[in-house]
Amino acid sequence: MLHIENLHVSIGDKPILAGIDLDVKAGEVHAIMGPNGSGKSTLAQVLAGREGYVVTAGCVRYLDRDLLALAPEERARAGVFLAFQYPLEIPGVANVQLLRTALNSVRRSRNETELDAMDFLDTVKGKLELLGMDDSFLYRAVNEGFSGGEKKRNEILQMAVLEPRLAILDETDSGLDIDALKTVAHGVNALKHPGRAVILVTHYQRLLNYIVPDRVHVLAGGRIVRSGDASLALELEERGYGWLMPESSPQTEARP
Amino acid sequence: MNHAEVRRAETRNPEVAQRVTDEYRWGFVTDIEQETVPKGLNEDVIRLISAKKNEPEFMLEWRLTAYRHWLTLREPAWSTVHHPPIDYQAIHYYAAPKTRTQPKNLSEVDPELLRTYEKLGIPLQEREALAGVAVDAVFDSVSVATTFKDKLESLGIIFCPFSEAVQKHSGLVREYLGSVVPYTDNYFATLNSAVFTDGSFVYVPKGVRCPMELSTYFRINAKNSGQFERTLIIADEGASVSYLEGCTAPMRDENQLHAAVVELVALKDARIKYSTVQNWYPGDREGRGGIYNFVTKRGDCRGDRAHISWTQVETGSAITWKYPSCILRGDDSVGEFYSVALTNHRQQADTGTKMIHIGKNSRSTIVSKGISAGFGSNAYRGLVKVLPGAANARNHTQCDSLLMSDHCAAHTFPYIEVKNPTATVEHEATTSKIGDDQLFYLRSRGLSEEDAVNLIVNGFCKEVFKELPMEFAVEAQKLLAVSLEGAIG
Repeated sequence: MLHIENLHVSIGDKPILAGIDLDVKAGEVHAIMGPNGSGKSTLAQVLAGREGYVVTAGCVRYLDRDLLALAPEERARAGVFLAFQYPLEIPGVANVQLLRTALNSVRRSRNETELDAMDFLDTVKGKLELLGMDDSFLYRAVNEGFSGGEKKRNEILQMAVLEPRLAILDETDSGLDIDALKTVAHGVNALKHPGRAVILVTHYQRLLNYIVPDRVHVLAGGRIVRSGDASLALELEERGYGWLMPESSPQTEARP
Repeated sequence: MNHAEVRRAETRNPEVAQRVTDEYRWGFVTDIEQETVPKGLNEDVIRLISAKKNEPEFMLEWRLTAYRHWLTLREPAWSTVHHPPIDYQAIHYYAAPKTRTQPKNLSEVDPELLRTYEKLGIPLQEREALAGVAVDAVFDSVSVATTFKDKLESLGIIFCPFSEAVQKHSGLVREYLGSVVPYTDNYFATLNSAVFTDGSFVYVPKGVRCPMELSTYFRINAKNSGQFERTLIIADEGASVSYLEGCTAPMRDENQLHAAVVELVALKDARIKYSTVQNWYPGDREGRGGIYNFVTKRGDCRGDRAHISWTQVETGSAITWKYPSCILRGDDSVGEFYSVALTNHRQQADTGTKMIHIGKNSRSTIVSKGISAGFGSNAYRGLVKVLPGAANARNHTQCDSLLMSDHCAAHTFPYIEVKNPTATVEHEATTSKIGDDQLFYLRSRGLSEEDAVNLIVNGFCKEVFKELPMEFAVEAQKLLAVSLEGAIG
């Protein structure tokens, strides 16, 4: 489904990713772990199409398309979803309005009929139930005044409504208490599907107690320095990242 | 090879093409025989206008007094707007579609004119007006047709062209005309008093709630003409009425002057809601052409518990200069002002409100949303004045600006004068810029850039849009979307 080859990315003159290779197949869950500043979030943002990053070498194929040639909305319509580490607030716009506009944008691009307000409400209520979330979420302004945990759960709700083929979760576990973590993990597990792949970008192992990955990759200094199965995460929990760090000095992660 | 640039060029091209055709959809000219008086302004022209309208003597006298006063005034220069001097002698002060006789009903109205209103989406045919909107349409200087007249008459409601009211209801006109905006008020109001040609007149009798929205549609068609309409709405004790106003003009390279006056009178326990969607031609990208919209709008809460509410969505005009205001004379009277003003390209807006608290426990609310894009300049100017007798007066003002480019400007000029120590006056103001992060967030959910901008802008304007009648709110959203096409960057 996703094939990343020799991906090099810079912000301005500063190289962040220095040759990433990664293959993700449908139905798989991959965890990308690594210390702060290793380039994890950059990878997630580049896959979603954030401007300000310059791809200096390499390519990304997604469902046999050149992913990097697509605008962010085209990627979303093709089934790529990024759950943001820091979800944005859109004052005055009800959650339900964003969800419906988003879903209908995606449906339109697939020549499917748009859902009217009633049909949409049926769909979204099913998703709320699946995630154990309250109806009141729908009528609050997007992320405005949400707690950190609510914002993350809202990202999962958006994912559930849009039903992506490739879901990338950027540190969705950070800042969550244990109950919220379980809710998020339950949501992701409920959406597991043979046709869907998930990439979990995470700093800590604890999310992986609830979502068991097929593959774990350790990113350091802009490269994948180690890949393994779920047991690698446990080993990292025990030994930290130090033993995997490359000789060269670690890069600090920059944002555009 | 820069991926980002290639992608932008590809995805934007169809939008560019779309934008060119969509720029100002109301910019067509109706080919119709016009009757105009010669350019320029003098007492003879005023006498001619008055004679054409077959006005009673008091009306002519009022006009001439205003004109003589106008000659002593100078154009005001205190606002933030800039424009070349206006040549008041180069304007036609009267332009009307040529018809042999005054049309008695719709079947006698020039079909070309009806087609114009059809293009504009105005339901003049009553059978099409099932939405329950009674429409008075003003084409250049003359009111063309008023729908639903019979139904309103059965309730004692008068809704007719101003020129007709002068003839048939001269007692009411005489009593109320100039009682809220006197002919001495300001330069443009004085000019209007001298030369106004038509407009709408509404009277809702005691205790009557007007069962439908009343609506006026203003259109400037003739070249080099000004539009000086005058609207007077009176809600008698306990009456209520909701009134909508819409406006468009053809695209022309020269600037056209629109200097209207609107007077609202709400007596004891009466309620008037006045909504405007203003979409006069804004000029082109470089600022050529467009309407100068210099308007005086004021409401007088003349009795206790009277309530006047202004809602405006201002997307058009090269220059907008207006301050719909409320005089809160009655005890417990309420004034509200909800405004969205958008300036794109080279548009300028200096708009806001005045809330004059005279009565005890009078309350006012001001919600102003300014959106600046391109090289647009947007100023909120508002006065909250609490007089010594206005015990326990309350005002809340919220004034938000949204910037969409690096070249636009937003200004806020709140004036607060409080002469009663028991009054409470609050002012909140925010300025924000549409963020790349917000846009990326929405695009990553599948929304196009334009849809993302529209969603953010609609969210920003929500508090104002919810005050508009349903169909108008939908219209206002579409209008903002069109006005903002390509505004990011």
